[in-house]
Amino acid sequence: MVEVQGIRFRYSSESPNMDFPDFACAAGERMLLLGNSGTGKTTLLHLLCGMLRPKAGRLHVASRDLRAASDRELDVWRGSELGIVFQRAHFVQSLSVAENLALPHQLTHGTVPREVMERMGSMMDRLGIAHRADARPHELSVGEQQRASIARALLHRPKVVFADEPTSALDDHNAAAVMDILDREAADATLVVVTHDQRLKDRYSNCVTLVSAQS
Amino acid sequence: MKLGLFYQAWRNLRAKPLQTALSLALLAFGVGMVSLMLLTEKQVNDAFERNIKDIDLVLGAKGSPLQLILANVYHIDAPTGNILQSEAEKVLKHPYIASGIPLAYGDNHEGYRIVGTEHSYVEHYGVTLAEGKLWEAPFEVTLGARVAENLGMGLGDTFFSAHGLTDQTDIHPDKTFTVVGILEPSGSVVDQLILTPMESIWNVHAHEGEVIDPATREITAMLLKKRNPLAVLTIPNVLRETNMQVALPAIEVNRMTQQFGLGTSALRAIAMLIMALSFASIFISVLDNIRARRHELALMRTLGGTPSTLYRLLLLEGGLLSVAGTLLGLLLSRVGLAVLGQVVESQFHYDLSAMSVLRSEWMLAGAAVAVGLLASAIPARGSLRLDISRTLSEA
Repeated sequence: MVEVQGIRFRYSSESPNMDFPDFACAAGERMLLLGNSGTGKTTLLHLLCGMLRPKAGRLHVASRDLRAASDRELDVWRGSELGIVFQRAHFVQSLSVAENLALPHQLTHGTVPREVMERMGSMMDRLGIAHRADARPHELSVGEQQRASIARALLHRPKVVFADEPTSALDDHNAAAVMDILDREAADATLVVVTHDQRLKDRYSNCVTLVSAQS
Repeated sequence: MKLGLFYQAWRNLRAKPLQTALSLALLAFGVGMVSLMLLTEKQVNDAFERNIKDIDLVLGAKGSPLQLILANVYHIDAPTGNILQSEAEKVLKHPYIASGIPLAYGDNHEGYRIVGTEHSYVEHYGVTLAEGKLWEAPFEVTLGARVAENLGMGLGDTFFSAHGLTDQTDIHPDKTFTVVGILEPSGSVVDQLILTPMESIWNVHAHEGEVIDPATREITAMLLKKRNPLAVLTIPNVLRETNMQVALPAIEVNRMTQQFGLGTSALRAIAMLIMALSFASIFISVLDNIRARRHELALMRTLGGTPSTLYRLLLLEGGLLSVAGTLLGLLLSRVGLAVLGQVVESQFHYDLSAMSVLRSEWMLAGAAVAVGLLASAIPARGSLRLDISRTLSEA
């Protein structure tokens, strides 16, 4: 489901090359990309999501060769096949929480079917944010925002879920709770967690440690 | 769930009420002013045209020809003076003249002119009676529709006239006028007049028991209809040695509206400036949106939105503003016209109304929406070049 082989990237012709280790993650599996800041974690995540283009190597995610796809194809592909949980929860502030959750469906299919609305209701129930459906995103607590952003990443049943530092701001108890939610709700998907949080080190057997990517 | 781009654009505009209101207000005022000017121009021209209606020449005392026209066709200026009825009758007998309607006035009631004339005046404008009858005997009057409505007078009511055309101080208390008829509204100047036989005007100024010599009877003007186009050239020559002149309403009004046009062009420039400011405000608000909402826009790209989705969303926001501002402006100009109509009517006894959208206004609206779209389309191009990776990495 995720296949990375010899990918190299640089931001501009003046900036240094960044090389990343090879790894793979089969469908339905979970894996950890562990690295301290400055190891190119975010760059790797953006490469995996097709937001950056590698200069060399092989990069397949959710049955797509990212190097061969056009920008437009990648935009649509992200919306339908990927779920991304950002480190800082981003929302469209003028829309309600429920509307934000439905946005990926709207943007990729142009409509939000009733079935998705029902799924949203039960998912928000399980995540304890059902009563916040009509609230504006900025009215939510940080914890609620994070759960809402997990719900948004999973609601459209993506093949691959990327989570960027989902636990870095949380205490041990809440960190474990959030990881449990991710594991449970993304049970059918492939889950890749990108983090520097050493507490998660033993959670998944498939763990790739990043060292400084610059060479 | 309704979540289309149109809905999103609407929600985004509502999320910034002050910015949205400012852009709307500027555009509405700009469009409103231009459309108000188009409307008043049309209304004034229509009113002038309607009142000229087949009056080819106006015969009156020498003086400013424009004043002669304004006073006797539109009743909005003082007359140039009086002329002898016998002299005017001579002109009427000229072979090039088909017919004429005499007017004699100099008094008013509550600011409405009391005009002595013949029934042909009412027939000329095609005005019909609403109730009662046309004047017959001296001191009988038939009221124009506006006069009756605004003074609340009905059949059988009586009043005294006041000397002059606006003043209420010098009242003639010995001569009582009686209302015998009220006319239907016609949109012409007749609506604003109190009509009576010419004898009333002569008798008001006569002293007790005095009989006026028919040879010294005066009228203010005579509205002439020509039989031969050469009348326009010949009649002025005939009048050279007299104290009378003729003026052509069509030419004088044309000359006046051209002078009038200088004033409106300054107003038009101001309105255009306000419209330009409103487009600048739309331009800036779209530009500012791209900067302030770049995280949201980048987020939408990770949720399946393409650059063209973002572009269309921003364009829609600008487009909604333009359409709403333009409609608001057209509405505003109608409110303005209604207010202006009140003022004009109370000061000049002139009626400005009619709310239909003019052809030139459709063009104005179309242009405003088009420029508004352009003003959002240019800055919205920034959304096509958005670097989502860098934007999302920003702290």
